[in-house]
Amino acid sequence: MATAIAVDERVARTSTLTRVMKRPEVGALSAAIVIFVFFALTTDVFATGRGASTWLQQASTVGIMAVAVALLMIGGEFDLSAGAITGFTGLVVGVLTREYGVNIFAAILISLALALLIGAVNGVLVMKTGLPSFIVTLGTFFVLQGIDLAGTKALIGQVAIQGMSKVPYYDQAKTVFGSTPLTIDGGGIYVSVFWWLGVTAVATWVLLRTRAGNWIFAVGGAVTAARQVGVPVFRTKVGLFMTTAGAGWLVGMLLLFRTSTVQSNTGVGQEFIYIICAVVGGCLMTGGYGSAIGAALGALIYGMVNQGIVYAGWDNNWLKAFLGVMLLGAVLLNEWVRKRAETSR
Amino acid sequence: MTDRTPPLTGKGNDVSEKPDLAKVDAAAPAAGDGGERRDGRGSRQGEALVEVRAIGKRYGNIIALSDVSTVVRAGEVTCVLGDNGAGKSTFIKILAGAHSHSDGTMVVSGEEKELSSPREALDLGIATVYQDLAVVSLMPVWRNFFLGSELTKGLGPIRRLDIPTMKRIAKAELAAMGIDLRDVDQPIGTLSGGERQCVAIARAVYFGAKVLILDEPTAALGVKQSGVVLKYIAAARDRGLGVVFITHNPHHAYPVGDRFLILRRGKSMGDFPKAELALDDLVSMMAGGAELASLVHELERSEAGADIAAEMQVDP
Repeated sequence: MATAIAVDERVARTSTLTRVMKRPEVGALSAAIVIFVFFALTTDVFATGRGASTWLQQASTVGIMAVAVALLMIGGEFDLSAGAITGFTGLVVGVLTREYGVNIFAAILISLALALLIGAVNGVLVMKTGLPSFIVTLGTFFVLQGIDLAGTKALIGQVAIQGMSKVPYYDQAKTVFGSTPLTIDGGGIYVSVFWWLGVTAVATWVLLRTRAGNWIFAVGGAVTAARQVGVPVFRTKVGLFMTTAGAGWLVGMLLLFRTSTVQSNTGVGQEFIYIICAVVGGCLMTGGYGSAIGAALGALIYGMVNQGIVYAGWDNNWLKAFLGVMLLGAVLLNEWVRKRAETSR
Repeated sequence: MTDRTPPLTGKGNDVSEKPDLAKVDAAAPAAGDGGERRDGRGSRQGEALVEVRAIGKRYGNIIALSDVSTVVRAGEVTCVLGDNGAGKSTFIKILAGAHSHSDGTMVVSGEEKELSSPREALDLGIATVYQDLAVVSLMPVWRNFFLGSELTKGLGPIRRLDIPTMKRIAKAELAAMGIDLRDVDQPIGTLSGGERQCVAIARAVYFGAKVLILDEPTAALGVKQSGVVLKYIAAARDRGLGVVFITHNPHHAYPVGDRFLILRRGKSMGDFPKAELALDDLVSMMAGGAELASLVHELERSEAGADIAAEMQVDP
């Protein structure tokens, strides 16, 4: 790429290090390294295959959502229903297969269609009403939460679905969503980790190398300007909400087929974790800036700390305090990075 | 293949349609030699691109603009001057297609037209650079330059941005306008107000504008930055565009203008070629000549006002 552009003699050659330092995900990467080293040194299990299997699995499902939420945040919107939808899609598959005997793959596709529909409703409502997405998706969050609990109870008389493994073709679906195709040092690496890597790679490609990515940055950075130069703002934003909902479906499937159960309250309370991971990864709360890799790293930090605290034998609730500190630190760091990006050459 | 069809539709143009860069570079220095000005848009120097005759606009019973006539020629700058509320914005909205006119006629490239949307104006080659410039400050210069009309290569799922080409074109186009950027990768927010204005102008020029409407481009700028923008207006003119330069500052309009339309209270105070108008006349017409004299008279009657009046007489 650099060979195609004549380098201006007034641009001092910046070292690769300097250029890397300006990326939005730098803060998350350095924090992830520090945290890994810390838990690797202070606990016995953390840096083993079995340990990594657990924290990678936790990071992966949060990470897929964090990446999708990061795209949405770069596009200038929030989605508080992102957590509830992971439970909703799992319940749809569970109820359809267990109660109504629907083919498992058909049920999976139906729940995907429903998820995309919910995403589209979120997006269209936000765009048509001009209301902040925070409020609109808070609404859908509560609606979904209500349906998850009351709907499931009304249909099957309980608030959890169990025994999914008795459903025909369960094993085939589990291969796609819940298997452990790789074993390292006695620890199975779940297939969700590969989904996570794939989603992050695709999201990064879209953001940095496609027109859609250009539009995502533009609608989040300056929506009026984007509209004036002909960016399809409506399509871009609705597409982002649908992407987030689609990611919610994927995570719903990953959770369902890993454990073969799903609770009605799955995902509730996770929506803020996704936002925190995205912000830790360099997303601005105001939109127009951020990175998918950063969000994936944010989720990695979450997974490592969540499990590292357990291995270290501390009270699990310290995680919340840690997340709060991380969020505040990241917001301050992001503001500083943004100012540098806007002023430094 | 080297034809510049305006790709402003928001659809990607294939990389095979990208304008020939050699042409851009070779054409830029040719700006000085009269009739051979680079335009690639098929307009001759001096050709009337847009002409309005006794044009007017009414909003219900409010007459916002009436009886305004002027012409925008290729390779010339038509300045529209007027104080706040003079009807400048109504006038540009008609030209830009945001409002259609209710009286008179508008002729675009020899054909009578009534524009119903900015899209239609753009398709006719009339581009407007608004005061907010339509740039995204956190995005790099080259991404801003091509925003909404990105170049791509590859097909299907691997269809991707043609980044090297876009960077090269952005740099070359800006250089042709006389904007020498160190690095098109820097966020556009790091540029000065004048430079950002110029990126917006260069973008409109690149995407096939024949007529460029600039809405108060110098209003928010300091003296030096205003000078920079005036230089780029002249550069756009020399590339064969018809420029409509809206301003309330006669000192900005006079050096670059070829024709001056002066508006006041929704009416045309006249439409003059530069040869018929001296800067002093322009200034006093802008200030409203007779009205200013009566204001001086009024101020003289109060003691506090007398000093101001004396100053106003010295410095009209």
